[in-house]
Amino acid sequence: MDFSWMAWTWPTLGFFSFIALCLIAMMVWEWKDPGGGPRRGILTLETTRGDRLFISLLGSAFIFLGWLWVMSTPLWGGLALSLLWIVFVFRYV
Amino acid sequence: MASKTENQKAWLFVLPVVLLVAFNALIPLMTVVNYSVQETFGDNVFFWEGVKWYEQVLNSERFHDSLLRQLAFTGTILIIEIPLGIAIALTMPRKGPWVPVCLVLMALPLLIPWNVVGAMWNIFALPDIGLLGRTINALGIEYNFTQQPVAAWMTTVLMDVWHWTSLVVLLAYAGLCAIPDAYYQAAKIDGAGSWAVFRYIQLPKMKRVLTIAILLRFMDSFMIYTEPFVLTGGGPGNTTTFLSIDLVKVALGQFDLGPAAAMSLIYFLIVLLVCWVFYTLMMRNEEV
Repeated sequence: MDFSWMAWTWPTLGFFSFIALCLIAMMVWEWKDPGGGPRRGILTLETTRGDRLFISLLGSAFIFLGWLWVMSTPLWGGLALSLLWIVFVFRYV
Repeated sequence: MASKTENQKAWLFVLPVVLLVAFNALIPLMTVVNYSVQETFGDNVFFWEGVKWYEQVLNSERFHDSLLRQLAFTGTILIIEIPLGIAIALTMPRKGPWVPVCLVLMALPLLIPWNVVGAMWNIFALPDIGLLGRTINALGIEYNFTQQPVAAWMTTVLMDVWHWTSLVVLLAYAGLCAIPDAYYQAAKIDGAGSWAVFRYIQLPKMKRVLTIAILLRFMDSFMIYTEPFVLTGGGPGNTTTFLSIDLVKVALGQFDLGPAAAMSLIYFLIVLLVCWVFYTLMMRNEEV
């Protein structure tokens, strides 16, 4: 099938592959350690691994947008901050 | 101990829904992401632009203005509709023949299609032939929502309040009806006044439904398009051009697919963030 009319690009494919890989990794994690690992973090709300992934991704999107708005390109600084954010969320939220 | 039955065939029944959602939601969203990093001049020819459109939208005064207008509009209608909805719900009868009458009257505005509401208010507020517009002008107040920004804003807000306060009323009323009589009897024995009853019984018991009401009204008003589009067309000037109206202007009026896609995704992320905040608050309420 020819999908060239949809004008897909490699970076878009890379972005969605990353999201898909995250979801697959979460499925494997859940299969290895069922239950979702619920806990109460600094939000004082019970979060599971899935919640933490969602918060990480949403927060990262805003970090990238904020970086782009304030610092413009390149986005390496935003990437570093996002990685720190993800570690923080998975550790403390 | 009985072991949990697992039926892997159930996945097959879910598959059609997954495919349908992928076809009508997931892939279109992916397409928007894809367009947001490209430029096209038509003829299905695309050029890679990277994050240029995001940067352009984030630094665009036009986007800031429409976002601020949107937040101001949403804030205004929430400040009016939530207390007004609670107040009306409190005055509605809980028993007797007037209950269905009140409920039907309250539900009526919700049943009218959004474009009809816009058209109704457009005619209603016209300064020369509209009942509202003509009355205000007859009182000596100069009013023309097609030319005066303040009049346009007031009319848009009034229209939204007319259309959607009923939703808050119905939700708050449902919350009030769910309070057992024992609470009121206990309050009476304690000699609590009507304010104390409202503050310590009714309001806490309505907390959950009010969170839902605020969430629904926030989301709906944040994505409002049809009513102000029909009423004012975003004018006069750009004074009632809210985010979705601006987005449609960029996407369909100017056919700037790239910037429109970037704007859509920023818009989507804001909506997603607010949803998450409300969801978190609701879950916290559930736990309490």
